[in-house]
Amino acid sequence: MRTLTREAVWEALAEVPDPEIPVVSVVDLGLVHRVELDGERLRVELLPTFVGCPALELIRRSVADRLAGMAPRVEVEMTFAVPWTSDRITPDGRRKLRQSGFAPPGPAAVVGDARPLFVTIAMRPTATCPWCGSADTALENLFGPTLCRTVFWCNHCRQPFEQFKAV
Amino acid sequence: MSALVLETPVRTALAGLLLAMADDEFVLGFWDSEWTGIAPVLEEDVAFASLAQDEIGHAQALYQLLADLEGGDPDELAFGRPPEGYRHARLLDHPRTDWAFSVARRFLYDTADAARLDALAASAYEPLAGVVAKMRREETYHLLHMHAWVERLATGGEEPRARLAAAMERLWPDALCVLDGIEGDDLLAEAGVLAEPMAAVRRRWLAGLAPELARLGLPAPPAAQTGACRGPGRSDDFRWLWEQFTMVRRSDPEAVW
Repeated sequence: MRTLTREAVWEALAEVPDPEIPVVSVVDLGLVHRVELDGERLRVELLPTFVGCPALELIRRSVADRLAGMAPRVEVEMTFAVPWTSDRITPDGRRKLRQSGFAPPGPAAVVGDARPLFVTIAMRPTATCPWCGSADTALENLFGPTLCRTVFWCNHCRQPFEQFKAV
Repeated sequence: MSALVLETPVRTALAGLLLAMADDEFVLGFWDSEWTGIAPVLEEDVAFASLAQDEIGHAQALYQLLADLEGGDPDELAFGRPPEGYRHARLLDHPRTDWAFSVARRFLYDTADAARLDALAASAYEPLAGVVAKMRREETYHLLHMHAWVERLATGGEEPRARLAAAMERLWPDALCVLDGIEGDDLLAEAGVLAEPMAAVRRRWLAGLAPELARLGLPAPPAAQTGACRGPGRSDDFRWLWEQFTMVRRSDPEAVW
C-alpha cells in the first residue's frame, strides 16, 4: 500500500463540496482546522461555520465518507478550538463564490473583549454586485435563506444577490 | 482549564450558568419562531426564522457543554424536562405579543446577552470560551438588526413609538433578570470562568445602554427588580410554548432521528 501523505488528504478534502453552496469545497471555506497523520490513524478536525448550521453533521459525514479507507483509522470531528471566521475563506473560494452569484464577505469585525453593546446602522455590511461589479447596492435583509447569507439588491443591474455573512 | 480541575462548588455554579444561558437561548428561539408566516413584512419572516435558528443552535451547543460537564444527553436536557424545570429568565415567559413587544424584548435580551458573552470571552473554562467566541460573532448581526428596529420604531411616528415605549416599560424589571439568578456567580468570577460577578456585568450593560435610550427617549430601567428571576414558577404562556416545542418528542420519546 502506498504511504498516505498529508498532501493526498488535502487533495481529497478539496473534493468535498459545501452542501449548501456546492461550488466551494470545505477547503475553500477554510473549514479544515487540522490534519493529523499518525501511523494508522488519520484525524481531521473541522470548524463549524455557524453554531446552529443544520449542515454541520452532513459536512462531517461527507468528509468522513471521502476519507474512508485512506487510513486504517479515520476520525473526523468538529471543534470550537478556534472560531471559524469568514476571513478564512480562501482567495480561490472567494472567486468561486463570486462566479456563482454570491458576494464574498467583507473583513469580519474584530470582536475584542469590550465593544459597544449595540451595533449601529452605520456599521451595516456593504457589498459589490457579483453580477455586474457595481458598488451601487442596497442591503435588503441582514438575514437570508440560510444562516450564513445576507440579501442585497443591485441598483445598477437591478438584480437581487446574496452575500456570505462576515462573521 | 478543563472540567477535571474544577472544584465542586465552582463546577455546580458553572452547570447552573450553562443551563440558564442554554434555556434563555432555547426559549427565545421558540418565541421567535412564532413569527414565521405572520411577521409584518416578508423580510422579517426570514429574519426571525434565521434568528430563531441561531438561538436554538447556540442552545444546542450550550446543552452539549453541560452534558460534557455533568453527563447526560443534550436532547434530553432540551426536551425532557417539565416546564418548571427550565431556568430561563422570566423575560422569556412572555408570549411574542405584538411586533413592538418582540422588538423591545429582543433588543433588551440581545444587549444583555452581549454583556454576558463579553464577560465569558476570556473564560478560564476553555470549552465555554470556544463556543462563546463563535456566538459573539453571530450575535453581532442580531445586535445590528434589533438596533435598527428600535431606532425605526422609536422615530417612526406616534403609534410605533408609544407601543415600543410601553413594551419596554413593562419588560424592564424582567429584563434585569437576564443578568441575575445565577447562584455562585461570585465563585465563577474568582475562578476566572466569568470576568466579574453578574451584578457588575449588569451595571456595565445598563451603563452601555443608557445614552442610547436617552437619545431615543425610551424608558430607563427601574432601580431594581424583585421576585424570582429564573423560576421555578412559570407563566401559562410558557407552559403553552412548552406544550408546542415538546409535542413531537412526547408523541414518541423513543423515536430515533
